[in-house]
Parts: sequence; structure tokens; C-alpha cells
Amino acid sequence: MLNFLGSFAGPVAQGIIWGIMAIGVYITFRILDVADLTVDGSMATGGVTLVVLVTGGMHVALALLIAFLVGCAAGLVTGVFHTKFGIPAILAGILTQLILYSVNLRITTQRSNVPLSVDKYHILISLRNLTNAIIVSAIFAAVIIAVMYWFFGTELGHSLRATGCNQNMARANGINTDNNKIIGLVISNGLVALSGALLAQYQGFADINMGRGAIVIGLAAVIIGEVLLGKVFKNFALKLLAAVIGGIIYYIVISLVLKAGLNANDLKMFSALVVAVFLGIPYWQRKLAEKRSAKEDKANA
Amino acid sequence: MLKVNNIYKTFNKGTVNEKKALNGVSLELNEGDFVTIIGGNGAGKSTLLNSICGVFTVDRGTVVIDGVDVTKLPEHKRAKYLGRVFQDPMMGTAADMWIEENMSLAFRRGKPRGLKWAITNKERAAYREMLSHLGLGLEDRLSSKVGLLSGGQRQALTLLMAVMQKPKLLLLDEHTAALDPKTAETVLTLSDKFIKDEGLTAMMITHNMNDAIAHGNKLIMMHEGRIIYSAEGQEKKSLTVDDLLKKFADISGNALANDRMLLSN
Ligand SMILES: Nc1ncnc2c1ncn2[C@@H]1O[C@H](COP(=O)(O)OP(=O)(O)OP(=O)(O)O)[C@@H](O)[C@H]1O
Ligand SMILES: [Mg+2]
Repeated sequence: MLNFLGSFAGPVAQGIIWGIMAIGVYITFRILDVADLTVDGSMATGGVTLVVLVTGGMHVALALLIAFLVGCAAGLVTGVFHTKFGIPAILAGILTQLILYSVNLRITTQRSNVPLSVDKYHILISLRNLTNAIIVSAIFAAVIIAVMYWFFGTELGHSLRATGCNQNMARANGINTDNNKIIGLVISNGLVALSGALLAQYQGFADINMGRGAIVIGLAAVIIGEVLLGKVFKNFALKLLAAVIGGIIYYIVISLVLKAGLNANDLKMFSALVVAVFLGIPYWQRKLAEKRSAKEDKANA
Repeated sequence: MLKVNNIYKTFNKGTVNEKKALNGVSLELNEGDFVTIIGGNGAGKSTLLNSICGVFTVDRGTVVIDGVDVTKLPEHKRAKYLGRVFQDPMMGTAADMWIEENMSLAFRRGKPRGLKWAITNKERAAYREMLSHLGLGLEDRLSSKVGLLSGGQRQALTLLMAVMQKPKLLLLDEHTAALDPKTAETVLTLSDKFIKDEGLTAMMITHNMNDAIAHGNKLIMMHEGRIIYSAEGQEKKSLTVDDLLKKFADISGNALANDRMLLSN
């Protein structure tokens, strides 16, 4: 039994780290109501930034902070593209993602992969010590949830929620919706980069491609969390926690299907299809309800 | 209080969809004036209100609110002067947020929003008190999502939100048009009460000619982006629906057509 549980320690640690990324996705996708594809780039940016800084001799805490800030900058670029250049949010994110591909290669001085040995450098987590990795990443997730809970309870945080919910209403009440979208994208990508920086430590390297498809994993975590826990988790902090739990469940499921023999290269397709189906479910439910009420109207007529 | 000087607005300029929505509109309101606005479909009534709100910038002319030229200010910066209720009950509130959260957003209209807690307990008590005056039982539902309210309840809440931070100008764009007659009456009575009690300056677009005559101290009629008739004081009080229809036909050369128009009730 213990052995069985132990085999899940890796997926749990990974799930928490990706859960932090999912909190970032939650902020854009659920609160601001924009699908931000910047994250595929900023995840890797966070990873390579941390590795290059730590291997360059910087303290890991400072390197994490800088990785976070570089992610924030990436969000700022997308936000400016979207609000000041009038580019649709999805395209703005794709443009920044492409920019980040070049930027990330600059950061690594054109290497596609940069190693970070846990033996040589003092870092916070590693897959060589899973208990520690789980505890440390859980602390990170808890602190981030607490800070986000506070922020979205403030006047500014409320105005961000209003911006995502109803822009007309927000502007009629004096809210600068453009600025708010930028703020949301900045925070979101900062968190995503922080998650990338933790992931790089965990796996012992950062890779130019480590963020490819990240948006899908983030969405999967958010949606799994909502489907499984949405009914009981009403409080905002719990909703964020649900996204982290969603990330853990996602990685447990992935590890199971890999054990069951799914080709690792088919994994991305598998994840994308899972997300497509879960995004489809509420839509189908609505359609079905409409059909039913139409039938009832006919019957009553 | 409000000076609209000769404003013009053309949508989709230079395309086949070019539409002159405002064709030189001027209007002056004194403090405490309440003007009702009527006119056919596409006359430019909403465009006039939207120009005042800054939903878009006008091509020519100026808008001055309480001595401040707001012509170039973006919508969110003008909001501090304006309370607004829209035709669509969905438009004036944030559906996924609670009643008290919506109210706290409106309470801070025109004020900087920082990192202070969004709602204080003192405010909450004040909101409950304000809601109880609506007479809709909303005071016990502070933490209900606004999306769960009926159209009439949402519209009454939007109205309250528009006036809780006293606006220089209250703008009502067919705000009862989407409601059933009884609810429409309730919301209209509430609007009147707020305007009277607070001494607000207000503009109300309506498709109901009787309402246009019965409410406010001024009336304007719009057609093809212009104000073609205006009345105030005794002249307005003695107007009848027939007078208005005749005036419209005389000046515009056709019958007044508005698919939501109610000629009598
Ligand atoms: N954003 C816009 N883009 C293009 N055309 C517009 C826009 N807003 C209004 N129009 C056009 O401008 C004209 C005036 O519209 P407006 O909404 O002001 O009319 P209205 O008097 O409010 O009519 P109604 O009684 O139907 O609400 C119409 O022909 C309308 O189609
Ligand atoms: Mg209109």
C-alpha cells in the first residue's frame, strides 16, 4: 500500500508545481475571461531564467523572484499588445509566445537545454527528494493562494473581477478595463514563470520546449478542479485550491495511463482531447436544456 | 450642468455602411432638469447618450459636464460624473458577482481603487439599508449573485448603483423597455423618486409617449440625428400624445415609427 502511494509522490509533486501554473491560468481564463497563450512561453522563460541565474552563482530565492518578474514582463507585453495595439487577446498571446522563444534562447545563450545539478547548486526542490519537493511546492502554492485571496478581495481585485465579468458595467463605474487586463496578465504570467522556475529545479534542467502545450495542462487542471470540486468549493481561495488539486489529479491520471501503456508522445493529444471534452460538457448541457425547454413549450402550446 | 455643443457622429465613415447618427445636436441642461427624449428607431437617441458617456468620441462638437470639458476624456474617466442605466438589464451589473460586491463597485465610482479591503462592514450595513428602500426584498440577499435576480430586480439595483454616489447627470436609456408593464412601472416610479429626492439632473429615453409627457420638466424629440422639437415648462405639461404625433409628422414629413412605441396605455 505504502509502495503504491509512494509511486504517486512524483505525480503529486509535479501536479502541485503545475497547479501553481494553473492558478495563473485561472486568473486569465476564469477571472479576466481571456485565453492567454503567452503562458507556453513564460513557463519556459521562468525555467531558463532560474537555471541560468542559479548556475551563474545567484541565490535561488533571488533567482526565483527574478524569474517571477521576467514572467510579469512577458504578461505586460501581451497586455500592451492586446489593449494598446488592439490585437485580439489570443493573437497577442501567440505573438508574445513567439517573442519569448527567441528571448529564451538568448537567456540560455542559444542552448535548447540547460542543466541544473542538485549536487552542485543549492536549490529548493528536486525529484531526488520527493517528500521535500511536495512539502516545499505545497508551501509555495499555499502562500500564492493566500496572496491571491487577499488581492482579489481588495478594491483593485474586485475591479479586475468586474472587468472580466462585464466590461460595460466596469467602465460605467469608472474602472479602467484596459489597465486591469494588463494587471491580470502580468500577475498570471508571473505565477506561470514562477511555476516554470520550480519545475526546472524539480526536474534538474530547463528546456526551451518545457512550456509547449502548458496552456492545455493549465486548463485541464482548472477544469478538472471545477468539475470535481466546483459544487463544494465556493470560496475563492478554495476555487484556487481546486485548480491545484486539479493539477495533482491530472498528473496522477497521466502517470496511470502511461503505466497502462500509452505512448508518451501521444500524451499531448490525450491531454488536448480531455480538455476539449471537458470544455464541451457545459456547452452540451446548455444545448440539451434548451432543447428540452423548447419541447416543453411545444407541449404546453 | 450639461452643455452639448453642436455634436456630430458618423459611424463607419467612408464605407457602404456609413451612418450619420448625430447631425449637429446641441442641448443645455440646468441643475435639476429632467429631460425625456423620444424619437423613432435609429433617430440617434442612444448615440446622444453614448456620446455624453464617452462610449466613443464624437467627430465634432463638445460635451461639457458641470463646467468640465469631457469631450476627449475616455469613458471610465467620465464615469465619475455619470450614473447610467441601460436598456438591457444584463448590462448594468456584473452577473457573477454578489449584490454587495456590485454595490461596492458602484460606491467607488470615480474614486481611486487601491489595495484596501473592497467592502467594509459599515458599508454593508448602509447597502442593506439602501436596498430595503427598493422594497424588493434584496436587503436579505447581499451575498446572492446578481445573475440570479430577475430583470426588474437587476434594473432596480442598477438604478440604485447609478445614484448611490450622487451623479452630476443620470442617464436612462429605455431602462424599462425590457421589463413587463408592472415591473416597468415600479422601476420608473423608483427613478422618479430618486431624481426628486436627490435633486438629480437626468435624461431619460423612452418609447412611451405618455411617460415622456408625464415625467420630467423638459422633452425633446429626435429625428435623423437632430433635435426636431423641444418643449419645457407649461408647454410640455399641456402636451398630449396626439400633439406629439402631429408635431413629428409636420416636421419630419412622415409618421413616427418606433417598433417599441406605445402610444397609449
Ligand atoms: N456602434 C455603432 N456602429 C454603427 N452604427 C451604429 C452604432 N450605434 C448606432 N449606430 C447607428 O446609428 C443610428 C442611430 O442609432 P441609435 O442607437 O442612436 O438610435 P436610437 O434613437 O437609440 O434608436 P432606438 O429607438 O432603436 O434605440 C442607427 O442607424 C444605428 O444603426
Ligand atoms: Mg436606442
